Amino acid sequence: MNSVLGSRRTALLLVGPALLVYTAITLIPILWSFGYTFFSGGLISGFTFVGVKNFQTFFTDPNAWNALGFTLRYAIIVTIGQVAVGYLLALLYVFFLRRASSFVRTVVFFPVVLPTVAVSLLFQRMFQLAPQPGPANALIHAFGGAGTDFLGHADSAFWVLIVMDIWRSMGFYAVLLFAGLVDIPDEIIESARLDGAGGWSLVRRIILPLSAPVLLSSIIFSINGTLKVFDSVVALTNGGPGNATTPLTLYMFQTAFTYGDYGYGSTIALMLTILCLLVTVFIFRGSRRDVTKA
Amino acid sequence: MGAVIAAGALALTGCSASGADGGGSSSGDFTTLGLTSNSTPNDTLKALSTAGCQAAQKSNAIKTDADEQTQHDQKLQLLAGQNALPSVFVSPNTPDLAKQFIKGDKLVDISAELKKDGLEDQILPVAKSTISKLYGQADAYALPNELNIEGIWYNKKIFSDNGIAVPGTWDELTAAAQKLQSKGIQAFAGDGKDGWPITRFVGAYIFRDLGPDALQDVADGKAKLTDAKYVKAAEEVSKLGKSGAFGQGVASTDYSGATNQFLSGQAGMFYMGSWILSNFNDASQNKIGADDIGFMPFPAVDGGKGSVDQTPANVGQPLMMSKAAYAKGGAAWLKCIAQGYGDQVLKKSGVISGFKLSATPSDLPALTKTVQDQITGSTSSVLWFEALFNSKATTASQSNGGSLGNGSLSGADFMQQVQSALGQ
Repeated sequence: MNSVLGSRRTALLLVGPALLVYTAITLIPILWSFGYTFFSGGLISGFTFVGVKNFQTFFTDPNAWNALGFTLRYAIIVTIGQVAVGYLLALLYVFFLRRASSFVRTVVFFPVVLPTVAVSLLFQRMFQLAPQPGPANALIHAFGGAGTDFLGHADSAFWVLIVMDIWRSMGFYAVLLFAGLVDIPDEIIESARLDGAGGWSLVRRIILPLSAPVLLSSIIFSINGTLKVFDSVVALTNGGPGNATTPLTLYMFQTAFTYGDYGYGSTIALMLTILCLLVTVFIFRGSRRDVTKA
Repeated sequence: MGAVIAAGALALTGCSASGADGGGSSSGDFTTLGLTSNSTPNDTLKALSTAGCQAAQKSNAIKTDADEQTQHDQKLQLLAGQNALPSVFVSPNTPDLAKQFIKGDKLVDISAELKKDGLEDQILPVAKSTISKLYGQADAYALPNELNIEGIWYNKKIFSDNGIAVPGTWDELTAAAQKLQSKGIQAFAGDGKDGWPITRFVGAYIFRDLGPDALQDVADGKAKLTDAKYVKAAEEVSKLGKSGAFGQGVASTDYSGATNQFLSGQAGMFYMGSWILSNFNDASQNKIGADDIGFMPFPAVDGGKGSVDQTPANVGQPLMMSKAAYAKGGAAWLKCIAQGYGDQVLKKSGVISGFKLSATPSDLPALTKTVQDQITGSTSSVLWFEALFNSKATTASQSNGGSLGNGSLSGADFMQQVQSALGQ
């Protein structure tokens, strides 16, 4: 086996096709998109070389800053929500429900398999005011309140989106973290209990440090997913009202495909990529320091 | 390294911009691209293929297709970039994109082609002038498959039950709205989800207050939407919205929801174009009865430079023809569309088009007749708020329409956002 894989020609032959496909469908479009950042114009009007003007525009564009602000706020809140609720659910599965947890796990996981558009429609109906009040407004009416057009106001639309995305994905993170928790040897937990640890102190001193690697993976997974949020926003609010719930991804999509400005759209895409890289590196570095301390 | 990539991208983009001179259909089909939300153009063209366009159909058979309105502009841009626009298609949502098509020599000059066959008078003058104004061209680059006027439809019964006379001025309109509100009746049915039915109020107010050229001045850079006299229009609409005139849930009410509000008697008035007649004339949708619906032009603004005779008019989303695909039977199709579309669409769907009719049907519904009379009586027309804006400003305006309709956005902030998107 070693002699086969030791041959450079064989290795190249095995890796070659996959590398070729990867280059064709991933690397070339990325480089192509990077090239676009130095141009303005679109498919119909043609392209003009503008140097770094698109980058200057990005830093002075209030809409881009709004979109960046929304993206960061959304990513931080949803990541905390997804991972925290997922972790609590995982603890519930392991320490309380134990072997009986499979039914609850299936039920909580169910929203993950639902299409985003279906979930968004469900939430639109749940929070609608007109033509008929949805359950949320019906509840407010039942308590004598006036009802709110949740998706028609910037603040409430943001929170409906947050609740929806946490609900939609908490089952996934619960299962991911559950897999990490069941890997903790029973003997360690048992001996900690004999030493007097229990409840919160058991979680803080034993469970949390031992599940740190899977927790870190979850956070990186979640932050990268939420920084690139697109489908749930489009389906629930389409970035509105106004541009109150427009993340960078949607702003990029609109700029390139609705306004026909491919160059500036590619610049926004590049900025988003840099943001994702920075956040991931930041989390990695932070976590490495923690692990060393532990 | 950067220079190499940039040079490479230039070569690649240059390549994609020119494209192959392929045309919309590789076969000899006469391809169409309509909208899923409005099947009338495709249905009418299909009907023409068996009545009036048989010869054209025989040599180049019609092949219809439709897409979602929200994806339409993107699809057209991509197709135009590849020189693969369909033979005939519903124009982009944003007139600015159509202007780019004209500039990029992607469209058939309809006026010039019809002139060759001596058919230029098949397009009504009012339709031609609206198309010319919309795309900034002397010639028509679009087929007026619709000719709409816009204004306020009102529920006659609600008006008479509450002792309201048809308002002639903006102040009378807001007073009528207030009166209805005080009786617990929603004054206007409003579609804030799409936004434009609300921003139409802003445009119409501007035309009445500042005159018919006010928005052309903005497009030409002679005025700004942030000027106090323009902001006043948006402030008036925002104030109306804050009072609840469009309903609490306006920002998330869509087109069919708003239509349903009006046709089920839940709202007293509805600003809409005459394309809504097909809904009004449909007894299964119209619960208040066509006889109980009246039409009033957008009211005058006291001391304003505009007049109520200047009717907001449009040609809907007119049909356009691809220059690249025109050689494949386009000429024969254009000739028979110009001669037969108007009669066919009025007979089949009750839609008034901008084509000359060979005969006016005697059994026209009363409301359709009212609209036709209004069109005949109009001395001049005006466009709508976003008609001369680029796509970015159109999106900024319409996506904020809901917030303006519930009063959560001030007129000044609204105008600031649209002006900033205009980039002037």
